[in-house]
Amino acid sequence: MGKQLKVVVLAKQVPDTRNVGKDAMKADGTVNRAALPAIFNPEDLNALEQALTIKDMCEGSTVYILTMGPLRAADIIRDAMFRGADGGYLLTDRAFAGADTLATSYALSRALAEIKPDIIVAGRQAIDGDTAQVGPQVAEKLGLPQVTYVEQIVSLDDNQIVIRRRLERGVETVSSPYPMLMTVDGSAPECRPQNAKRVMKYKHAKTRSEVQEAGEDYMQIAAGKDYLRITEWNVGDIDADPQQLGLLGSPTKVKQIESVVFQAKESRKLTASDEDINSLMVELIASHTLG
Amino acid sequence: MNNIFVYIETEGGKVADVSLELLTKGRELADRLGCKLEALVAGHELAGIEQIMARYGADTVWIADDKELAPYRTLPHTAVVCGVFEQEKPQIALFGATPVGRDLAPRVSSTLTSGLTADCTSLVIGDHTDPKGTEYKDLLYQIRPAFGGNIIATIINPDHRPQMATVREGVMRKAEVANPGNPEIKKIDVDKFVKESDLVVKIIDRHIEEKGIDIKSSPVIVAGGYGMGSKENFAILHELAGVLGGEVGASRAAVDAGFADHARQIGQTGVTVRPKLYIACGISGQIQHTAGMDQSSMVIAINTDPDAPINKVADFVITGDVMEVVPKMIKFYKQNSK
Repeated sequence: MGKQLKVVVLAKQVPDTRNVGKDAMKADGTVNRAALPAIFNPEDLNALEQALTIKDMCEGSTVYILTMGPLRAADIIRDAMFRGADGGYLLTDRAFAGADTLATSYALSRALAEIKPDIIVAGRQAIDGDTAQVGPQVAEKLGLPQVTYVEQIVSLDDNQIVIRRRLERGVETVSSPYPMLMTVDGSAPECRPQNAKRVMKYKHAKTRSEVQEAGEDYMQIAAGKDYLRITEWNVGDIDADPQQLGLLGSPTKVKQIESVVFQAKESRKLTASDEDINSLMVELIASHTLG
Repeated sequence: MNNIFVYIETEGGKVADVSLELLTKGRELADRLGCKLEALVAGHELAGIEQIMARYGADTVWIADDKELAPYRTLPHTAVVCGVFEQEKPQIALFGATPVGRDLAPRVSSTLTSGLTADCTSLVIGDHTDPKGTEYKDLLYQIRPAFGGNIIATIINPDHRPQMATVREGVMRKAEVANPGNPEIKKIDVDKFVKESDLVVKIIDRHIEEKGIDIKSSPVIVAGGYGMGSKENFAILHELAGVLGGEVGASRAAVDAGFADHARQIGQTGVTVRPKLYIACGISGQIQHTAGMDQSSMVIAINTDPDAPINKVADFVITGDVMEVVPKMIKFYKQNSK
């Protein structure tokens, strides 16, 4: 095909909520984010793989990461570059803080309006929220068609992309014109690993703020190497209405947070001894819970 | 105006269970608020659907019947739902947290700039006073586990309507009303809302799989967690389930680790089950998991950790190694059931 596609992956750095230790909650019942490792949201890695597949299928295409978060979120942009992405954009500003999915989607959509991709690929959902809302909301804000629960890109040509997606029970193959947005399901292929040569090439990639902290030596390393620059955008760099950003732009409000305290049932303690297990099975049968 | 809407999902002309469960919940909320319950059906060949809606308590049934609306596609369904909502201004709108509902509801919420809460486990009406002292009456409390199930959050949408929520299948109970009425039928003029540009995504092929694993209707569930250690160790759970006439379930951690198929996942992001007997094997019991099983009639927890959170929802706590306990359960069940 003649067309070269500009692909942007929406990714998020998330606390690893799957491995929550005993110190994950503070005494006041709020989450102790510092106690949780920050990782590349798992389904966003599935999304990156699909984006890199598009690049493989369509020579000359580019893959960039767009993430919103604190400065350290640049880590996932570098990780993506080690795996095959060409670069990335970090959207970082206090004005974005406290955003619900709608305000997040608005901020991302304003950044995407600057980048103007042909295809936007996002993970289905992030493990710290499990909402699956940001993908469809970004698509709506940009007036683009969306294809969710994507498992495989079947084919693409100059005019359209053909995609297989998961249904509740079954699969569906659809076509969509460009530009479009897709969200990738966790059942799609895993992301390719980091490539040693790419790690060497991109390990010094930095955002504007990181460069300022790096000092003189870094200037020499990075001189003339534009590919080491990760774009960092603040609120002033995107054309956004402040009323629609952050806490202010969020229709949903958190009324109450409770840390999880189980109401203990009156439970009977048993051991693994033959006597205990035998009497349990006898009781379950006698009470018609079993059989 | 100001009523409760439930988006009704259909596949091959059949109404999804989750939609009926939402009508039951919607009926309860509508009675509490003194408003009407309205069902919105978008699909094709929907003859007779109003009777089903009536049985589950709908006062009004909106029907958009057009061949472009089946099978489901995002853009035409969004156009119909937003068109009706802009005209009718509902105070609450409920969607199933199915692949369809989770594709559609965020698109609708973005179009209408209204708040949406995913995967609610409880919906309650209540009041709210904000930090500035402004009082709000009769808001929808959208209650859900968050942050991987480590906290329970109550979300509200004070200033935007509709207040939107999705709920997973099996979380709410469905119940027919005692005296179904004759709902008012409102036919939707689909051409008024759906534009040519809403039809750009084309369905090329569709393959519906036969219903495979069905753990929801099983009276006995033997569920394994990350503590099972391996996929191979799950074999003993299948054996116990086979002997007891049950099915095997799994926690999210076990599914993520590849020990069990996704269709077996129980919890907030999996299936919700209410069996007669639930045997939790090597499951620590994060709320993410217990949200999907804590209404089981009886729970047995088998865990080496005597302080595992799962023990708090268990009727019987067996402290020990699953690989030792489960074979004994099989042996003693066989001995005693003859």
